[in-house]
Amino acid sequence: MSSLSETAPAAAHHPALRHHFESMEGQKEASTFGMWVFIAQEILFFGGMLLAYTIYRNLYYDSFAAGSHHLDVKLGTINTAVLICSSLTMALAVHAAALGRRGATVLFLLLTIALGSVFLGIKVVEYADKFHHHLVPGPYYDAEVLRGADGKALPPEVALHSQIYFALYFSLTGLHALHMIIGIPIIAVMAWLARRGRFSPEYYTPVEITGLYWHFVDIVWIFLFPLLYLIPHHG
Amino acid sequence: MAEHAETGAHPPAHGDGHGRGHVVAVSTYLLVFVALMVGTGLTVLASYADLGMWNTPVAMAIALTKASLVVFFFMHLKYSPKLSWVAVGAAVFWLVNMIAGIAADYVSRVYLNLGNPGT
Repeated sequence: MSSLSETAPAAAHHPALRHHFESMEGQKEASTFGMWVFIAQEILFFGGMLLAYTIYRNLYYDSFAAGSHHLDVKLGTINTAVLICSSLTMALAVHAAALGRRGATVLFLLLTIALGSVFLGIKVVEYADKFHHHLVPGPYYDAEVLRGADGKALPPEVALHSQIYFALYFSLTGLHALHMIIGIPIIAVMAWLARRGRFSPEYYTPVEITGLYWHFVDIVWIFLFPLLYLIPHHG
Repeated sequence: MAEHAETGAHPPAHGDGHGRGHVVAVSTYLLVFVALMVGTGLTVLASYADLGMWNTPVAMAIALTKASLVVFFFMHLKYSPKLSWVAVGAAVFWLVNMIAGIAADYVSRVYLNLGNPGT
């Protein structure tokens, strides 16, 4: 451990302390607050799209239920579990960083990257299925593969509006995936920095903040999964 | 020092005064993880049950519970300064405002028989 004293404001001498902060604690508080404000913005960003989803789902319920039933609940459930596992490994990485365990920090960060990649891989399989069945909104959209509550093909009106469901499906899951595609390189940089010994129990704020971002991405999926995959045919 | 942090499962909520954050016990993370997995299973099972108009409220209640567990424990909000709580509270406040305000518009259009702007 370092020779820093327990009582004196020893942290003031920490190399990671920027000159405009009085203490490591104040610096960390400012950083995490900044991240929380960013996350607040993200909540409203996704919230706007979820609001559009809510309104259209109420206007065209049958179209949404038919579209949702085409999704693979098994793959969706596996992906939810994978993402929750990646949140756990991220939390354990932050935990290891807070205790100054360099090897464990790197290991858990790499595990998080691996699980995040598995999620994106499964997402690619799901997207490929939509392209294969012409369920991507646009000139080649075709709802013939969709089935209503009665197991029959959809009436023209319902078939037409099912395109709105898939437009929201691709925007919501696409934006979510984009957040993960941005997050994975950031975690990789953290693993690199951790390996080079840049963090200590006195200073691991970047790992902590990366964790906040990753957990937020997990939360978005926690809502997207039931809203997109599990719309019942009945009311 | 590392030992102190490791065994300190219940230190004070606002840091210990020299730049250290709160260190949550690993067992807490594992418990939250199990709860999140159980919640996922419950969501899937509940979606196959015919709960009438309650399917969506039940799904959202489970999702909110899961999200709260992530926010309070994985994201350490429980142990964070009140300033972080203000940021989260503001986001929730404006989100509820946005949804309630616009939903009220749509519902009242149906009620007043003005037709839906989306149709």
